[in-house]
Amino acid sequence: MKRSTKRRTLAVTSAFLLALAAGCGTESGGSDADDDTGSAAGFTPPDLPMKEEMGDMEGEVNILAWPGYAEDGSTDAAVDWVTPFEEETGCQANVKYFGTSDEAVSLMKTGEYDVVSASGDASLRMIAAGDVAPVNVDLVENYVDVYDYLKDRDWNSVDGQMYGVPHGYGANLLMWRTDLVESAPTSWSVVFEGGSEYAGKVTAYDSPIYIADAAMYLMETQPDLGIEHPYSLDEDQLAAAVDLLKKQKENVGEYWSDYLKEVQAFTTGDSVVGTTWQVIANVAQGEGVPVDVVLPEEGATGWSDTWMVGADSPNTNCAYAWMNHIISPEANAAVAEYFGEAPSNAKACDIASEGHCETFHAGDEEYASKLWYWTTPIEQCLDGRTDVKCTDYGDWTQAWTEVKG
Amino acid sequence: MASSQRPGRGILVIPRPGRRSRDRSVLLLIPPMLWLGVAYLGALGALFITSLWGQNDFTGAIERIWTLDNFRDLFTIEVYRTITVRTITIAAVVTIVDAVLAFPIALYMAKVASPRLQRLLVIAVLMPLWASYLVKAYAWRSMLSEGGLISSIAAPFGLESPGYGLVATTITLAYLWLPFMILPIYAGLERLPDSLFEASSDLGARSAMTLRRVVLPMAFPAIVAGSIFTFSLTMGDYIAVRIVGGTSQLLGNVVYDNQGAANNLPFAAAVATIPVVVMLVYLAAARRTGALDNL
Repeated sequence: MKRSTKRRTLAVTSAFLLALAAGCGTESGGSDADDDTGSAAGFTPPDLPMKEEMGDMEGEVNILAWPGYAEDGSTDAAVDWVTPFEEETGCQANVKYFGTSDEAVSLMKTGEYDVVSASGDASLRMIAAGDVAPVNVDLVENYVDVYDYLKDRDWNSVDGQMYGVPHGYGANLLMWRTDLVESAPTSWSVVFEGGSEYAGKVTAYDSPIYIADAAMYLMETQPDLGIEHPYSLDEDQLAAAVDLLKKQKENVGEYWSDYLKEVQAFTTGDSVVGTTWQVIANVAQGEGVPVDVVLPEEGATGWSDTWMVGADSPNTNCAYAWMNHIISPEANAAVAEYFGEAPSNAKACDIASEGHCETFHAGDEEYASKLWYWTTPIEQCLDGRTDVKCTDYGDWTQAWTEVKG
Repeated sequence: MASSQRPGRGILVIPRPGRRSRDRSVLLLIPPMLWLGVAYLGALGALFITSLWGQNDFTGAIERIWTLDNFRDLFTIEVYRTITVRTITIAAVVTIVDAVLAFPIALYMAKVASPRLQRLLVIAVLMPLWASYLVKAYAWRSMLSEGGLISSIAAPFGLESPGYGLVATTITLAYLWLPFMILPIYAGLERLPDSLFEASSDLGARSAMTLRRVVLPMAFPAIVAGSIFTFSLTMGDYIAVRIVGGTSQLLGNVVYDNQGAANNLPFAAAVATIPVVVMLVYLAAARRTGALDNL
């Protein structure tokens, strides 16, 4: 009798599992057969409706942003452009910060966010996945003041249709502890090759996209490899970058993706040199940590961010109001100064503190073209080669796991 | 925990059920069985099914087409073997460290301390569980940091803090899971009749001999029971290693990176089956020692 009960339980359980399996079984291949989104050059974004006209504010907006992009005065009372927005529009802003583009892509899939600040390595993936909707820029009043060279770019539009409004752009900088690193570095070589001097104290960004930093360094130091574009690597070039990163790892104390963790590591001296964002240096300096940053001579990878609207957002009016607010001269200047980047709104430079726009070369189209903005690597080589297949983001993710070992 | 006389499972005497009351008890059992089936077994089933799907690398969308690619990658790419071996090693070391630390504490609690002190000690052992895991891990991060508490204590002896890495991870995890090892051993030792100690000494054994020949063999199943906790908790951990592990990664981090960052759920699910398999093997081995009766 005992055995039969046992068998019955087993039968029930397996029946349940079978039902479950049937429930989530394989989709028929038919509907997805034309789903060739891997090819960005010719990818067709899902046909999603664009907002036609503004309506009443919904009272709240869920913002998914890079750390420092939506400050409400809680980090630093003087740094606050969320409160004016809330007072002006009546939209309560719920902010969530993310640490890497990958995190942003997966968080947008939840559909819980109305608006997101996406870098170039995330924006196209979100568009292709149908997680963000086309943006009607006519509804965003301040859009006319945005620098023209930021409009209709590869990373924020498809076939002439904008999918967001440009936020600003900046570079991944090299930061060091001025008291623990003897001479001020001017080259990335200090983290890639000279690191043994600071063994265990080097830090690097914990994301597959960091492979591009190594590729950019190789572009200068090993021209034989023929790297033209750090996001466009064939297998051999990727392998060379991975080798360089594996060599670097011997000197890396820890990788960072949480910006506060990097601040702490530099504060205690567990990290003394490595890649950073201006905002991290600002926070560290604000806490009295002796750090400095430089844009190394090899150039830098960087970001050009776009505010995008969630495809299923129930709060589109507040989302549009937010986009309009964040690129308004006042807010755009404030966020650009706080984060340490060039604003996207030309008028922001009249408000920003003196020298800011010069430091970050805002409006300098030529300088902006020298930064290697985060871009999603895809099979079709971005540098125009057609005789070879490039490695895609999946390969990079795999390679990054191998680098970390 | 069973009492020392082991009267068998029938300690809770239920009169032989009639037909109607049996139906009623089946009804009563449905909700918990559903909970167990859906939330635990169902989730495991879903995990396994997901691991057989693919993913579009560009959009991150799951492609529901049966494939064994995830498992092929898992077995053919060397880095995952390395990480698996590293994770199992850390789990084993944490378990051994905890067993070595826990045994004397549990022995003192069970056989030496007065009943009053015994109660206080049980509370003391449980106390760390009241504090948040994250607070404790971050506390270790600052203690292990450059110029932190550990390096200033070790400096006079010419030593330095191990810094962030696998050693730091092992220390932190061993600290976090210690109560889970002490309690089962304490329960196991408390069950040992004092008369055994007397008999052993009557027959001429010294304390060390008694410990080795009488206490340890009888406490062994309890130690294995505790090790199930420390081992399985370590196998699945990814937070502590992110906080104090420096550049190292364990299986949990690979799952997290693929789920949270790369959004490759199918591959994350495939990786997550490794700890499940390891634990099944471990539990099967533990069962032979009778440890499962000690939980």
